[in-house]
Amino acid sequence: MSLSPEVTAKIDHWISKYPPERKQSAVMGALAAVQDDNGGWLTPELIDEVAKYLEMPAISVQEVATFYGMYEHKPVGKYKIGICTNISCLLCGSDDVVSHLEKKLDIKMGETSEDQRFTLKEVECLGACGGAPMFQINRDYYENLTLDKIDTILDELD
Amino acid sequence: MASIEIDGKIFEAENGQMLIEVADAAGIPIPRFCYHEKLSVSANCRMCLVEVENAPKPLPACATPIMDGMKVHTRSDLAREAQNSVMEFLLINHPLDCPICDQGGECELQDVAIGYGQDASRFAEIKRAVPSKDIGPLIATDMTRCIHCTRCVRFGVEIGGVKEMGAPGRGEHTKITTFLDAGISSELSGNMIDVCPVGALTSKPFRFSARAWELTQRDGIAAHDSLGANIHYHVRGQQVMRVSPKSNEDLNEVWLSDRDRFSYQGLSAEDRLLKPQIKVDGQWQETDWQTALQAAADNLQQIQSTEGASSLAALASGNSTSEEGYLLQKTLRHLGSDNIDHRLNQIDVSDQASAPLYAGFGQSPEAMENINSALIIGSNLRKEQALINHRLRKAVLKDRGLISEECIGDVWAVNPLDYELNLPLKGKLISTPDQTLSDLAGILKALQESGASIDAQTADIIASVDVNETQKAIAESLQAAENSSLFVGQLAASHPQFSQIRSLATQIAKASNSVLNYVGFSANHAGLSLAGVLPLGQAVDTAGLDANNILNSADIKGLVLLNLEPEQDAWNSAAVVDKLKQSFVISISPYASDAAKDYADVLLPSAAFAETSGSYVNALGQQQSFSAAVKAPADARPAWKILRVLANLLGLNIDYDNSAQITAELVDIAKQAGDIDNLQAASLNNLEMLKSGIQRIGERGLYHVDSVVRRARALQATEDARLCEAIHLSPAQAQDLQVFAGQSLKVKQDGNEITMQVMINAQVPQGAALVYAGTAAHSQLGGCYGVLELSA
Ligand code: SF4
Ligand code: FES
Ligand code: FES
Repeated sequence: MSLSPEVTAKIDHWISKYPPERKQSAVMGALAAVQDDNGGWLTPELIDEVAKYLEMPAISVQEVATFYGMYEHKPVGKYKIGICTNISCLLCGSDDVVSHLEKKLDIKMGETSEDQRFTLKEVECLGACGGAPMFQINRDYYENLTLDKIDTILDELD
Repeated sequence: MASIEIDGKIFEAENGQMLIEVADAAGIPIPRFCYHEKLSVSANCRMCLVEVENAPKPLPACATPIMDGMKVHTRSDLAREAQNSVMEFLLINHPLDCPICDQGGECELQDVAIGYGQDASRFAEIKRAVPSKDIGPLIATDMTRCIHCTRCVRFGVEIGGVKEMGAPGRGEHTKITTFLDAGISSELSGNMIDVCPVGALTSKPFRFSARAWELTQRDGIAAHDSLGANIHYHVRGQQVMRVSPKSNEDLNEVWLSDRDRFSYQGLSAEDRLLKPQIKVDGQWQETDWQTALQAAADNLQQIQSTEGASSLAALASGNSTSEEGYLLQKTLRHLGSDNIDHRLNQIDVSDQASAPLYAGFGQSPEAMENINSALIIGSNLRKEQALINHRLRKAVLKDRGLISEECIGDVWAVNPLDYELNLPLKGKLISTPDQTLSDLAGILKALQESGASIDAQTADIIASVDVNETQKAIAESLQAAENSSLFVGQLAASHPQFSQIRSLATQIAKASNSVLNYVGFSANHAGLSLAGVLPLGQAVDTAGLDANNILNSADIKGLVLLNLEPEQDAWNSAAVVDKLKQSFVISISPYASDAAKDYADVLLPSAAFAETSGSYVNALGQQQSFSAAVKAPADARPAWKILRVLANLLGLNIDYDNSAQITAELVDIAKQAGDIDNLQAASLNNLEMLKSGIQRIGERGLYHVDSVVRRARALQATEDARLCEAIHLSPAQAQDLQVFAGQSLKVKQDGNEITMQVMINAQVPQGAALVYAGTAAHSQLGGCYGVLELSA
């Protein structure tokens, strides 16, 4: 397997932001690009490809890919809902957000719905404490959540 | 300079030093796990917390730079509380399985827990468990015991030069592991066992075989390369249970190559020779020492009188002790023959009269760390002399700012193989063996063009050489550098034109004011050369035969082999076995190989390394003595004792009581020899091309260098050993021949044909093939270099 030209173009874009001998700095952007291209998740082979492309040890790329919560290592649904359960959101009721979503979608945290539409994921503070409780669907933040608001948000997704 | 106070005492310290360094130097104990004096500071375990006055919280001593006037308390209430708490946290997930852990009794976690831990755990929850994985034949893993100090990870990055271990995951999910199912391939990997403070990484060959407190520690000198690394044997009864490094900053620092660490397994090989044997009517008979030695002596004497002294010869392995070598050559010369050698790996020794007495280093390993420009010639430096490569790597990395910023370093290579190094190469000339001379000649020519003077004969020969860009760049780099060095390795030494290579390398070194280092020679090449295990006579024209000629000459009727298996050790092993069968062969060896049983007439069981006293001289000319760590098994005896009796039976009249008396004589000889000038060589004779065709590159396998290593089971199971079984072809070559990886190929050299598996290896240049020396294939094929015929 090797990376598609579209993906390598995106990686090159990241590489160009750093000094030439510091290619490795592009690793996070590169992993994100590869993940997007692969339907939202990474395989060990893809991690290895990124390592080769950036000329770094595969284990180092794996370290990055397993450290950050935004990289997935198994398939996810079309909408990945990352619910913040860190301190501010917890104090403002993220527990209710979690149980509401679990009931509504009939899946537990960390699972994907049978129709492959939704994945629920617990994430750490996303830096939006001012709008707690909050979650993120794919790239978008939704803040000051209430149970009604959650229903509306989900209804509006196609 | 700064002065700081630790626990009420004042210490002078250098600015920039870390607190822990000052405390260590003063002998003040501070507990630690992640800190290691030879690794970068990661400050992740927090075990070293101490109280610093005016700091709001306890500070990690390993990562706190000292400041003038600093007041530190390592045992105050605050410090103790912090240390105790960290200890408690570290033990939360630790399995506390000391009774079944190999590290028990020599475990940093155990030791520190005794001082800082509590007697019972307050943690009632479920502990985390981490599956262990197979990372190769040398290191056993029990990853649940890991405390995530990352020493092994940093070791890989900083010392091993390849990052193989890593720490994927985060927080409680962090795991120390390799990528997917990758094993550890570093030739220095065993050091991870030493740096791991707990029982997560332990020695696989040693596993469950002994407890630390049952072992006695004895000193020794490593026997497989010319650095002379200092080692500890860990011995139980009369068995070496394992080997670990003994720190010596001048040589091996605190490290040891895997070859030197795990070779001890060869001591307990199944084919150890336990009793003297003589062949009677083609049948082997066990006998007593007296009968065997008398038979040996009688036959040698008889050959001497019927065929003449010049039909006698002796060969010693390059890791025989100086004392053994000294007695061997004394005995042979007493009989009137100069046919003696230990340079089995060389074929071109035509310049031996004008070359330095032995091939050593021109500078100390420490000085190598300041090299600004280095040229590697014919060497797989990383594998054949791993700890010298490490020094050079330090020099280069300093330059890249990865360690510090003191030094500017460029490394170049002229090699027949494009080796995977663990240091950045500035440039390289990779070509088939027939091009080696012209590549070097181009560099010399470039030096000449930029003003260096060279002798007339050489100038004449290289006049027609064209200089290419790389050669020019190498010349400029060597010339411009403040500290430049050449490293001439084992592939150069075994090259059929080694004397021309030596001449060119020496002249390049002179013309560019570089230091010349010979690397990859055997452990006691220097000592044996000094002891006279060389065919040099009183004058050049009375010189005896060298190793290769001894093995190939029909005139040799009687041969003494010391520690040697020519069927694998020789430059051209395939040719020698039939030849040996024609001669009377006395094999003094720890082993009885099948081949030896075929060609030898007397087998005398000798002690292997670790079982004998004596001395080695390393590539720096340093003599290092050692005593036996264990007794040789059964009837085997130290070879110097065997040779003493043999010499006396032959009428030499020597009476050494112990090997130290021989050593004393050798010290005088070494003194007389004085300092060896590495920059000696004959002037260039020719630039003749070798025969064309697909050229064999006969690198000696990393774990095939001598009879002991070849029998070390765990080393033989490594990837490095496994690689040696195949014939390596470049992708283009394989395509030309229409063969694929894994396919068998008929390989023909010097009329011998065998079948080998193909390995596709982009390091091999087009027009060449890598077939390792010292291997089973080598025994059946031909010389280290030569022309191969390949057919599918
Ligand atoms: S395996 Fe050993 S050296 Fe490596 S991180 Fe764990 S405890 Fe430290
Ligand atoms: S804690 Fe939820 S966004 Fe910060
Ligand atoms: S030894 Fe200082 S933090 Fe680990």
